[in-house]
Amino acid sequence: MLQEIPTSYCYLLSAIVFIIGAVGAITRKNAIVIFMSIELMLNSVNLVFISSGNAFASMDGSIFVFFVMTVAAVEAAVGLAIFVMLFRMKGTVNADEASLMKG
Amino acid sequence: MVVQIPEMDFGWIVPEIAMTVFAAVALLLTLFRKKNSTWLFVEAMPLVGAIVALYFTFQTWNGNIDIFNNLYTIDNFGVFFKGLSLVILILVTLLSYRYIDREDMARGEYYSLLMFGTLGMMIMVSSNNFITIFIGLEVMSISIYILAGLMGGNAKSVEASLKYFLLGAFATAFLLYGIALIYGTTGMLDIREIAGYVNSGNFMVTPTFMAGLALLIVGFGFKTASVPFHMWTPDVYEGAPTSITAYMATGVKAAAFAAFLRVLFTAFHPFLSGWTYMLWILAVATMTLGNITALKQDDVKRMLAYSSIAHAGYILIALTVGDRTLSSTVLYYLLVYSFMTIGAFAVVIILGRQGSPNTGIESYAGLAGRHPVIAAVMAVFLFSMAGIPPLAGFMGKFYVLTDAIRGGYYWLAIIGVLNSVVAAYYYLRVVMYMYFKEPEAEIGAPDVSIGSTLAIAISVVVVFYLGIFPRLFLMIAHTSSAIFM
Repeated sequence: MLQEIPTSYCYLLSAIVFIIGAVGAITRKNAIVIFMSIELMLNSVNLVFISSGNAFASMDGSIFVFFVMTVAAVEAAVGLAIFVMLFRMKGTVNADEASLMKG
Repeated sequence: MVVQIPEMDFGWIVPEIAMTVFAAVALLLTLFRKKNSTWLFVEAMPLVGAIVALYFTFQTWNGNIDIFNNLYTIDNFGVFFKGLSLVILILVTLLSYRYIDREDMARGEYYSLLMFGTLGMMIMVSSNNFITIFIGLEVMSISIYILAGLMGGNAKSVEASLKYFLLGAFATAFLLYGIALIYGTTGMLDIREIAGYVNSGNFMVTPTFMAGLALLIVGFGFKTASVPFHMWTPDVYEGAPTSITAYMATGVKAAAFAAFLRVLFTAFHPFLSGWTYMLWILAVATMTLGNITALKQDDVKRMLAYSSIAHAGYILIALTVGDRTLSSTVLYYLLVYSFMTIGAFAVVIILGRQGSPNTGIESYAGLAGRHPVIAAVMAVFLFSMAGIPPLAGFMGKFYVLTDAIRGGYYWLAIIGVLNSVVAAYYYLRVVMYMYFKEPEAEIGAPDVSIGSTLAIAISVVVVFYLGIFPRLFLMIAHTSSAIFM
């Protein structure tokens, strides 16, 4: 028999994914991996929107997901361009190498 | 279900449409430009666009209407901040002309991204719906990620762009998760609907809701450069092209504070008393850390970056007091702060040279002897930031601290005053270098142009005007913030 997944499970899963993303973004050194972690965080946001939109039977959540996905795509385009610039200059995309300014 | 969009609605967003069209035309003109032909038309686009948009923005004053099925709102609060961001666009464009030439940046992209960034601010400050606020925030942020790195061959600029992008995207994720959790508890994205729901009595405060609110504060705290979410600020402000630093320090901060204020005071005002301690700590930490760290900076651009963090702290005092009738103080402070900051960065720009920005404090030694006018205007901006009457910065601080005392936050007011004393030290240190030190090295003639002269002149006049006759703009700020009552 088919049963609906409780919304609280979705919240829990999204919180776990969000925390994995946040920890990854803080601890990793490679700029592309950091960016992937941030995308993971955005996906956990989408999960909350979808599941709670479903629970409230409202379309707003699903619409918001489209905007989040669009913005994530735009960020990816801009981000990769910035990483290419960094790579041309330093020969690496290691975020720790970008340390000219401090203090 | 058929969604109807009345044609009338488009009449209200003419300023936004104008900005979009002028930005797109600037890009197209760059694309089809013949080699060695004039840049004049591209360079005129932001000025013409801003003036057209400013004209139509003022037409919507006292409009007070919700359009596009409540996704967009025309009210005086939005009009105030739209006007402010357009004026900032004009000033930044004026001081960019010579600077872009000097640093050899991509002109078409620069001007059209400036306009798209302003478009994002305009959208962000005039909406009561989280979707539109988010879209505006991202249009603004993404334009600025690129603008910060537009000085392609410069390692510092690329680094600033990388840092701003990674931390900005990180903060966006927090903001979004906050919005998602609030949507998860209330099922609404319109902040006035949320306000109605939380005030209705059948609303239970859940941990999810409070976590959402906390994440929202983190997201906005990042955009407004408040401690402890300020780590990116000094590096990004130092590395980015100076004109973009001026734009980030004023436009982005004003728009972010506007959206923050709108969300906090509309939807979450009942919970604000529970958050007072957090905002109190945020305000004190932002002021104190900004000022203390600025003390030991020997680079004027970096010092101004820390000072902009400290100014965010003063604005947070007004947010902490949380009195809706007093929110006009925030608007007035942001207005004052924008002009004095742009003026100070304009002076930093004209003292620079291609390849040597001359932002070290030793470059300012003996400036008064060689270029008395430049030293005098820089002193005006610095005195204003330090809060010395009769300049605008004094009135801004005066109203913020009066709010704190009226609200009964005596300690906050005392810490605010002590902080302005600390701040006076590093502002006056630059003045001391300019007036009482012998020049250490020849930095050459200042790179003055008509554009930067005009931008500085406007800023000086406004700083004096707002300091001596604050009444008119205070009344305007008061009318604008009436939406919260």
